[in-house]
Amino acid sequence: MPALIEAKNVTKIFGGGLLDKSRTVALKDFSFQIDSENPSVTSIVGESGSGKTTLARMLLGLAAPTEGEVLYNGKNLEKLSGSDRRQFLRDVQVIFQDPFEVYNPFYRIDHVLETPIKNFRLADTEKGRRDLMIESLEAVGIRPEEILGRFPHELSGGQRQRIMVARALLLRPKLIIADEPVSMVDASLRATILGSLLRLNREFGISLIYITHDLTTAFQVSEDIMVLYRGSLAEAGDVDQVVRHPEHPYTRLLVGSIPLPDPDLPWEGERAIGRPAGELGVQGDEYCQFHDRCPYAMPMCVQTHPPLFHTHPNRVTSCYLYRESPELPMPQMTSIFKSSNREGPPEETEQLDALDAELEVSQENSSTPTSADD
Amino acid sequence: MVEETLSAEEPKAAELKETLKVEDLHVYFHTAAGAVKAVNGVSFSLKSGERFGLVGESGSGKSTIALSLLRLIKPPGKIEGGHVFLNGTDLVTLTEEQMRRKRLDEIALVAQGAMNSLNPVRRIRDQFILAYKDHDIDVKRSGLEERIGDLLTRVGLNREVANMFPHELSGGMKQRVCIALAISLSPSVIIADEPTSALDVVVQWQVMDTLRSVQEDLGASVILIGHDMGLMAQFVDRLGVMYAGKLVEIATVRDMFGDPLHPYGQMLIASLPSLESRKARLEGIPGITPSLLNPPSGCPFHTRCPKVMDHCSSVTPILQEVRPDHWVACHLYEEA
Ligand SMILES: Nc1ncnc2c1ncn2[C@@H]1O[C@H](COP(=O)(O)OP(=O)(O)OP(=O)(O)O)[C@@H](O)[C@H]1O
Ligand SMILES: Nc1ncnc2c1ncn2[C@@H]1O[C@H](COP(=O)(O)OP(=O)(O)O)[C@@H](O)[C@H]1O
Ligand code: SF4
Ligand code: SF4
Ligand SMILES: [Mg+2]
Ligand SMILES: [Mg+2]
Repeated sequence: MPALIEAKNVTKIFGGGLLDKSRTVALKDFSFQIDSENPSVTSIVGESGSGKTTLARMLLGLAAPTEGEVLYNGKNLEKLSGSDRRQFLRDVQVIFQDPFEVYNPFYRIDHVLETPIKNFRLADTEKGRRDLMIESLEAVGIRPEEILGRFPHELSGGQRQRIMVARALLLRPKLIIADEPVSMVDASLRATILGSLLRLNREFGISLIYITHDLTTAFQVSEDIMVLYRGSLAEAGDVDQVVRHPEHPYTRLLVGSIPLPDPDLPWEGERAIGRPAGELGVQGDEYCQFHDRCPYAMPMCVQTHPPLFHTHPNRVTSCYLYRESPELPMPQMTSIFKSSNREGPPEETEQLDALDAELEVSQENSSTPTSADD
Repeated sequence: MVEETLSAEEPKAAELKETLKVEDLHVYFHTAAGAVKAVNGVSFSLKSGERFGLVGESGSGKSTIALSLLRLIKPPGKIEGGHVFLNGTDLVTLTEEQMRRKRLDEIALVAQGAMNSLNPVRRIRDQFILAYKDHDIDVKRSGLEERIGDLLTRVGLNREVANMFPHELSGGMKQRVCIALAISLSPSVIIADEPTSALDVVVQWQVMDTLRSVQEDLGASVILIGHDMGLMAQFVDRLGVMYAGKLVEIATVRDMFGDPLHPYGQMLIASLPSLESRKARLEGIPGITPSLLNPPSGCPFHTRCPKVMDHCSSVTPILQEVRPDHWVACHLYEEA
């Protein structure tokens, strides 16, 4: 059974040849796959410019890799037949950062939901269309009568983003790629939106790729995590282990820089902006991307790019500090993920119980605004 | 004219230390659908050298306060009432010309999204010059070059950055440029509206470290606006919580995180994610932010409050100091 979607040794280079100054290696030799049987939640974290959106765009077929290929059910995305392409457009949905840009201010919200129903002929009758819309909206905790018939600017950011989730759900995709879906909203809305996404994973078996620069929410929602640094995979694997016991010096720096919501805990960061160029004698373009900031950099770090070292059953790290561990070829990276090694659904956490309770309260509250006595 | 009448009575020591005092500020946006009451009776004060945080849901009025403090609210927005005392002068009553001189000189803003509003076709040096012209500051060439270089080094950038274009800088560098601009004239109050929300934590730390060091050098006060409670816990001394155009709680960070009193403040603190355990609840605050066109009567939070009582929907609670330095607007804390 081929993977639902698979990136095989993909590299994306923007700009011209080796000597072109504007040449950017946005993503370098990256492999990754999403199983079609086993719904998973995977996050991709990295600073701005690390290649996250580039990867998402390639998985969506919106950008072609410079090297390597992206496969959908084993077939090259760029060479899909008409009917395969149609199925792909249903199977893989995307949610972007700013939902406002997706909306046309002159159309009512209904339009956003009606369009995919019409395009994919999901229902033949007016009633069928309406029922589908209502069902999806309710799945993300929105009361349809509160938003249908309204214009985009009349809704809160969180409502707009949840409608995008409902829209993705309409097509019953197998995978939703969410690129920074909550970086513009407050903590409470963030939890609500991520909760709705997680719910789709648990209830409808939809896999989720969550792209973010925020480690804390990645930790909360995903099982497995991939940390990108300047276009290369730094570390990947079980989110619990990676976030709580980071190995790669970059991941350690990231985790250490998180400001914790407790005024009595220290907040430490990296003041040095980098080591002087040439100190390690870099030659060519095969080196560890982190070498110029890494406190542990060694001569070998600038001679070849560190391969993935298989440090624990469920994790790999691309750093020579772990060179005692066996190497794992990049194309096998996803095989160590927890989601690839379990039977059936992910471990249940309490996250969703809380969410269910919340959805109930939110529906009660909005119908009778002044009730809910304690 | 700044040193107005300090004559008749000796001001109390506490008043002297207040750099900024906002009293019953009202700011409305007059839209076709009616008046959006974005800031609806907000009062707080800022001591000299203090770092004060403003948090609250999207749309609760934080940026509107920031713009109003500098009188940068544009129509259809209007300051409908209240006072903003800066070093003793009420900014609300100043003429536009007088206000222009205060900006940058005494109070400066790093606006939300500022780093994306740098002019893409101008070198960094010219961004400074443009800003100075905007504020009617004499930009004679001599000494200016030197001064811009000094400002850039002060925020941890190379002098050469002056020759660069915004697209040649990373997000963190652009944000430092915005801070350098804001501190050009050594203001006594710096307002930073979500200065780091687009940056990753490593760069965020560097930018905040920079802001803290320039603030300490200048002895300025800072108002930090944002959603990131972790950042607030680590950066500010006191925190104000906005809800639907009102401040509903003000406390020191320690009290706010350790013992929040307002039901909204409590839910905000309870919903914080943690790295301790993945079993943390992924739970937002139920319900929907009230419309500011038609704010709910009584307590603005009564439509979502788990502790709502009968009179909450009719009587508006006022912000009161229920413990030393801990202010709350909620009927639960009123003496019978
Ligand atoms: N120019 C405008 N015209 C009409 N309404 C406006 C205008 N600017 C802001 N508002 C409204 O004023 C209210 C407060 O907005 P404000 O930008 O101050 O929120 P905020 O607390 O800064 O939110 P965020 O956290 O999303 O930045 C919102 O209801 C907003 O829709
Ligand atoms: N269309 C493009 N043209 C040129 N360079 C690009 C383009 N898209 C992305 N890049 C560059 O590729 C790198 C990775 O970008 P991106 O994938 O958007 O990062 P992220 O989403 O992690 O912030 C960056 O250096 C970015 O400037
Ligand atoms: S490979 Fe070398 S430079 Fe790169 S992170 Fe590891 S120790 Fe540091
Ligand atoms: S005044 Fe009433 S409704 Fe408002 S926060 Fe207090 S208890 Fe809740
Ligand atoms: Mg991106
Ligand atoms: Mg704002």
